[in-house]
Amino acid sequence: MVPWFACSAAIMFVAGLYISFFVAPTDIQQGEAYRIMFIHVPASILSMFIYLVMAGYAALGLIFNTRLSSMMASALAPTGALLAFLSLWTGALWGKPMWGAWWVWDARLTSELILLFLYLGFIALHASIDDPRRADRASALLAIIGSVNVPIIYFSVQWWNTLHQGASVKFTGTSMHVAMQQGMYTMMLAVWLYAIAVSLLRVRSIILERESKTQWVSELMEIKR
Amino acid sequence: MNWGEFFAMNGYAWYIWGSFGMALLVFIVEIVMVRHRRTLILQQLHLMGNAEDL
Repeated sequence: MVPWFACSAAIMFVAGLYISFFVAPTDIQQGEAYRIMFIHVPASILSMFIYLVMAGYAALGLIFNTRLSSMMASALAPTGALLAFLSLWTGALWGKPMWGAWWVWDARLTSELILLFLYLGFIALHASIDDPRRADRASALLAIIGSVNVPIIYFSVQWWNTLHQGASVKFTGTSMHVAMQQGMYTMMLAVWLYAIAVSLLRVRSIILERESKTQWVSELMEIKR
Repeated sequence: MNWGEFFAMNGYAWYIWGSFGMALLVFIVEIVMVRHRRTLILQQLHLMGNAEDL
């Protein structure tokens, strides 16, 4: 399944970048700088979504004691962390010309930074415990408690008076040009497919690492050769 | 619009290409690391298999 997701991600990236740079018009207020949002918004949304999926898998692993769901949670964490980092990085590069500051201690920026630390904490906690099953349980607890942060990020622009703008994409009436929307959705789909492909590839290695002593692994064709 | 103007992005070149460039870099690094991890574990399992045959 990995090649399918990887290929469709590549196609969507090409299409998304084409729309982002050649089809979508220049913004009246922000000029060309707004084009950063074509990577910023997908990275931010996926960083939150992947966290929820990761916490969901971790919870399944904790409740039903299924090894594969815990492995899936561990496979998603690095990708989510990288997307959270990208969200902050591209946000800073947009903030400097638009707000005049790389960083402000705004509710949304701060809660996204906490999300990055939650990812890093999850990875570090998992790596610090030798017994993988105990590591799964401990980090699952962290992931579940940390998922409280995701709605805080999402609603932060409504709950507090923040510098970060509110959502431009709404179910009723979006205040964006059609080509801008298309570019953003295409890029979002591309990042989504990429995240699936890379996590699946990672989980395959994790499965082999953790099941390396079992009979079925030693009987694999790829290993016998 | 020529390519020079396109890359200049009306004065926002550093910010825009810094964003997309970092995204590209992060994705490439992640893919390389994930593939490397797979190669490593396959090698290791291969060695373990050989050790058992001895």
